[in-house]
Amino acid sequence: MNALEIHKLGKMYNNTKVALLDVSLEVPEGSFFALLGPNGAGKSTLINILADTVRPSSGSISLLGHELFLERAWCKRRMGVVPQEIAFDPFFSPREILRFSRGMYGQKNDDTWVDELLERLELTEHAHKITRQLSGGMRRRLLVAQALVHRPKVVILDEPTAGVDVELRKRLWDFMRELNAAGTTILLTTHYLEEAEELCDHVAIIDQGKVITSQSMQALLGDVASSSLYLRYAHTLQLSSQDRAALAGFYPRINQGQLCLTLNKLGETSNFDQAYQLARQCFGSPLTVTVGQEDLEDVFLRLTGEKKSEKQGGTTG
Amino acid sequence: MRSFNFIGTWTLFQRESRRFLRVKMQTIVAPALTAILYLIVFRYAMGERSVPGLDVDYFSFLIPGLMMMAMLQNAFANTSSSMIVGKIMNVHVFLLMAPISAGEAVFAFLAAAVLRALVVGGVLLLVLLPFSDLSLAHVWMILFYGICGSLIMGSLGLIGGMWSKTFDDMAMVNNFIIMPLTFLSGVFYSVSQLPPFWQAINAWNPFFYLIDGFRHGFIGTGDSDPWQAIGAVGAMTLLSIMAAWYLWHIGWKLKE
Ligand SMILES: Nc1ncnc2c1ncn2[C@@H]1O[C@H](COP(=O)(O)OP(=O)(O)OP(=O)(O)O)[C@@H](O)[C@H]1O
Ligand SMILES: [Mg+2]
Repeated sequence: MNALEIHKLGKMYNNTKVALLDVSLEVPEGSFFALLGPNGAGKSTLINILADTVRPSSGSISLLGHELFLERAWCKRRMGVVPQEIAFDPFFSPREILRFSRGMYGQKNDDTWVDELLERLELTEHAHKITRQLSGGMRRRLLVAQALVHRPKVVILDEPTAGVDVELRKRLWDFMRELNAAGTTILLTTHYLEEAEELCDHVAIIDQGKVITSQSMQALLGDVASSSLYLRYAHTLQLSSQDRAALAGFYPRINQGQLCLTLNKLGETSNFDQAYQLARQCFGSPLTVTVGQEDLEDVFLRLTGEKKSEKQGGTTG
Repeated sequence: MRSFNFIGTWTLFQRESRRFLRVKMQTIVAPALTAILYLIVFRYAMGERSVPGLDVDYFSFLIPGLMMMAMLQNAFANTSSSMIVGKIMNVHVFLLMAPISAGEAVFAFLAAAVLRALVVGGVLLLVLLPFSDLSLAHVWMILFYGICGSLIMGSLGLIGGMWSKTFDDMAMVNNFIIMPLTFLSGVFYSVSQLPPFWQAINAWNPFFYLIDGFRHGFIGTGDSDPWQAIGAVGAMTLLSIMAAWYLWHIGWKLKE
């Protein structure tokens, strides 16, 4: 079953600004799902619609097989959301906030779990402070604790690690990984793409309110990420039209004095050997050979960049 | 149909009442002091005079009015300040995210507003009682008007809090609508002292019925027809609760 099925979700702010346009996504149950996109892509809008703080303009969503817009209360009890904007109640301490939060979800107080959350999010020594006295990173962690305090099945985090230092970020992710291993579905947005690549097993990229791609991390990197072959020569290179013809299909180009050839995607059969032999025929033996592989960040930049140039082409042409 | 989120509603009620209990100085002691100041001022300004039209001394007339005014203002303050602080600190999102329906939320907010009003009213009564020989003619009337008035003001506070974008907006609602209406509704004078034109206008001021009826409960007589007043206040209470519920339900000015 899918934890979330989003179907043709649309959102227009103030009847003018389109933030989401027919967004359809499936988040498999038990997955660790990265929702990526540049600033203003519509990630928070999507999450806020899930959280019920923003009204959708069109579309439907089902959570664990239940219609979100029809069975709000049922769904809300199974969902924990960390909003992007830091918010805290200035009147209460972290411990009180966690207690209240749990109560609002209709659950009896559970001090053991509250203590554990405080411990895991390194808030124990601040548990009795007034929230105003917490630092930005502590407040962010408190938000995460708050989203987890009713033990939701689906956890949605909108940039949970913004402003959290490296060390604590790592520990926060370890905690998320544990929850995920125990069966919790996790959907997050982040601008730290290496972290997303390392943690998540599924990824969707959205830009300007539209889904560009949504698949498993493995498939995305396998099918979309390309690798390149870089050959350095002792002599200066010049690509003649003959060379171009010979190397056609490998998009030959000279990059910082190196010959650069694009290879097959990871998921396809390797054409490294063929590329290397052809390059040798044209230029002789190279001094050094390196293979570079696109990581999630490169793919992200390429996909969201392509999107922009397409759009520019559309408006000028 | 979903079941009632009892623990959620109870938790929200606790949160909303703890908010004012935590700042007792401001929420309970201050209104009591203000009332005492009014009392001293009017005591010496008016002397031993009695109220024309009603056969009571001015003191016994004034005390229930001051109590009710403080209760109304505190009920309003409880919901409106919680809403506006919530919006400005962005914590209202937690309320929107939680599985608490509009009915449950409004119920919890209003219950806390009524509690605060009753606590303030009770404290004022204890503080002011030694200064007068006030009777409790109809306790049911005191409770009816006290609770209905708090419900109305609590609902208006919710609506005002939803409407306001800033503390300034909220202050405007408070200073230009709530204060004049409460001050001009017969706390300090009997409406029968007013010229006929203003009496007619006053017949449309809901706060007049609240204060008059509440006082009626103490001194056993009032300016308005009790049954007409009970009808008007009952209708006002239902109407304002329903308005607050509806606006919450549609997320008025709360959700984009
Ligand atoms: N309340 C609002 N009123 C009008 N437009 C809005 C509102 N909130 C967001 N938008 C617009 O909707 C678009 C999507 O915004 P959103 O916050 O969802 O982006 P995001 O992907 O979360 O970006 P970021 O990475 O910066 O958090 C943006 O163009 C933004 O300007
Ligand atoms: Mg965002």
